[in-house]
Amino acid sequence: MSLDLRKTDLWFNIEAMPALCLYFQVHQPYRLKPYRVFDIGKDRNYFNGTNGNLNNQFVLRKVAEKSYLPTNRILLELLKQHPEFKVTFSLTGVILEQFKEFAPEVLKSFQDLVKTGRVEILGETYYHSLSFLYSMEEFAEQVDMHRRTIEKVFGVRPQVFRNTELIYRNDLALAAEGMGFRGILAEGADHVLGWRSPDFLYRPRGTKKMGLLLKNYKLSDDIAFRFSSRSWEEWPLDTGKYGSWINAKQGNAQVVNLFMDYETFGEHQWEDTGIFDFLRALPGELLKSSNNCFITPSEAMTLFKPVAELDVPHYVSWADVERDLSAWLSNSMQHDALRALYGLRERVLASKSYDILDAWRRMQTSDHFYYMCTKWFADGDVHKYFNPYDTPYDAYLSYMNVLKDLELRLASGKEEKRAEALATV
Amino acid sequence: MFGWELPPFNSGGLGVACFGLSKALVARGSKVIFVLPKKQPIKADHLKLVFAGDGIDYLIVDSPLSPYLSSESYDEEYGNLDSKKQRLYGANLFQEVERFAQLSRAIAARERFDVIHAHDWLTFGAGVGAKEVSGKPLVVHVHATEFDRTGGHNINEHVYGKERWGMETADRVATVSGFTKDIVTSRYGINPDKVEVVHNGVEMSADPRRKVGETTLAFKSHGYSVVSFVGRLTIQKGADYFLRTAKRVLEVNPRVIFIISGSGDMERQLIAEASYMGIGDKIIFTGFLRGEELAEVYRASDLYVMPSVSEPFGITPLEALIEGVPVLISKQSGVSEVLKHALKVDFWDVEEMANKILGVLAYPPLKDTLGEYGSAEARGVTWDKAAEKCLSIYGKLTSGLT
Repeated sequence: MSLDLRKTDLWFNIEAMPALCLYFQVHQPYRLKPYRVFDIGKDRNYFNGTNGNLNNQFVLRKVAEKSYLPTNRILLELLKQHPEFKVTFSLTGVILEQFKEFAPEVLKSFQDLVKTGRVEILGETYYHSLSFLYSMEEFAEQVDMHRRTIEKVFGVRPQVFRNTELIYRNDLALAAEGMGFRGILAEGADHVLGWRSPDFLYRPRGTKKMGLLLKNYKLSDDIAFRFSSRSWEEWPLDTGKYGSWINAKQGNAQVVNLFMDYETFGEHQWEDTGIFDFLRALPGELLKSSNNCFITPSEAMTLFKPVAELDVPHYVSWADVERDLSAWLSNSMQHDALRALYGLRERVLASKSYDILDAWRRMQTSDHFYYMCTKWFADGDVHKYFNPYDTPYDAYLSYMNVLKDLELRLASGKEEKRAEALATV
Repeated sequence: MFGWELPPFNSGGLGVACFGLSKALVARGSKVIFVLPKKQPIKADHLKLVFAGDGIDYLIVDSPLSPYLSSESYDEEYGNLDSKKQRLYGANLFQEVERFAQLSRAIAARERFDVIHAHDWLTFGAGVGAKEVSGKPLVVHVHATEFDRTGGHNINEHVYGKERWGMETADRVATVSGFTKDIVTSRYGINPDKVEVVHNGVEMSADPRRKVGETTLAFKSHGYSVVSFVGRLTIQKGADYFLRTAKRVLEVNPRVIFIISGSGDMERQLIAEASYMGIGDKIIFTGFLRGEELAEVYRASDLYVMPSVSEPFGITPLEALIEGVPVLISKQSGVSEVLKHALKVDFWDVEEMANKILGVLAYPPLKDTLGEYGSAEARGVTWDKAAEKCLSIYGKLTSGLT
């Protein structure tokens, strides 16, 4: 993607900024249907659930109507209205597939946004997977697969990388640099930054030319999580108040990174909370001050020199209060399921079966492991809200049963005797 | 506080609940006078025990009274008593309940107290009598309704009437779950504002030994898994669903032993059914167990199942979890409101129940995680919380009076 910087005034006000970098994550997994022990060896359709929130088509249509379509309309208006306005998306391969299958008009509306030339698309793993944690080869293949898909669908090449759920560590930045990315995104977690501010460009430890943008989680979560919370002392939040918080950063920030799930608009925060009006008014409010401007991550790499190297030896992510891997990897079910999944890689590839490979990769989507999370007592409401299964145990059980079926299919091209297969479980 | 039984002279959960709740109330500084219908050598140092039969020559042995008896089965048991004992009891359950209600009036006139708390319909008459004599507020506590006991079939109109009258007359109704509150409001027409949920608690086992019986050890050494059921063998507890589920499980995984622990009017039928299904060799009927023997059944299990058709609360899953054993419980239970770390099914969904049992046996992390988190969760379900809730109900009632 090439954004023409000459069309903007960016060069003239770098000193007084903050620039605003808005990035929205667009993703829906292929959820596994309730898959019983008795289905093993009999049913190869793992993703065609029909009930409620395990019906992928139903969920996608619902989110499209409530969030993607209306928000895309608003953004297109804003892009027309404000020549300075820019936004960035990351769309997973699995949601692009679902758009194609269930809601082609949504895909078109994203393409229309990209055509404005002021919408950047990031790179990530096609399957929104945790592959970086388990298999470097698998990770590289999925990043490449995603890059090719984005080029095909949008005609642009991602320059900046974001890993699943903003999971990040030093060696990830090195890997992304090796794959030709110029920059990378991460959570601006306190335990990573210490006294430092998230509002500057950093250099990932050990990289040569990479830039690292960090999410300002306070200002991001004010919109994504707290916007409609009546117990929040700042409720109700309007753009005037929010703009004053941004303006207060003038002179001591390069770029304020507002990163959030795109479903914030209309799905997590419903229309009646006023979230759409807020979004509609935000660019105009921020652009009242001539010092503010909007940039995309690749522009940030061009505009700024990293202020310092940042050392992140341990994984951080944007999930939960812990901002670590515990949302996907804290109990033995999650560890077991991931181990079993990635343990099949060699055999899956050797099978040369597209169906098996595709199913196996869809099962890598991080959401499956999030659904198995038992951290319910601290920040459980969020997990429960996002879990289409009754309990983490139901999620794990269906998952493992499907894996068993995949294993059976790998073991032999033909159907196995069910009872015999289970005896070895 | 009016109750019908206390351990060890209990036939089920009601006595256990009364004991646990009263003990926790005393621990929070309350004084509890516990009134029972008949004299029994009960060891409960925390309580002032009063027996409605005091001063009258009452024998305790062979008592036909149990809160779980239907009136019909009382008649049958009563008929089995010799004539000397027959004189000591009312000719039927309702007469016995009536006798308790009459005697309670004298006790209420004699004792000093601030609030009356009556447990289940058998004591509602006694509670209302005490209220009339003393003018003190009455809380009736619903541990089970006639709909639970009968599975909704052949409701005894007399019992239903007593339950309803007690709840209407009381100043406040406590139910052991939201599940029971729903029944109380929808089936008995009680104003929901008058009903408060007081979830039961569970006693921690004082003995942390994890001893497993030799028989079960022998099975385990041969690669068998153990799945258990503990409860009265009646329609309410769903033992027949457990048996059908066992059949389905064994079709896929034959190396499973099912333990059915308890007694009841369905016992013979279940044994016959197991043989008829051809799984008799995989089902062990232990009869009614308590104490260490019961704990051993829990400890021997890879999974504990409570498939109740209608369970106002259900303490047994908590007991199993305290022993570190994961549980599968029916959604038609009060305890499912306080347990998140449990597998849950509709009692009638034999296929799903079998699926979940097979899953727990096939995937050790499922068993381990359920056991670990469930156990921690069960330890937080305490009688102290129930007592706290009761005290807040008492507080509102008494402050309204002064």
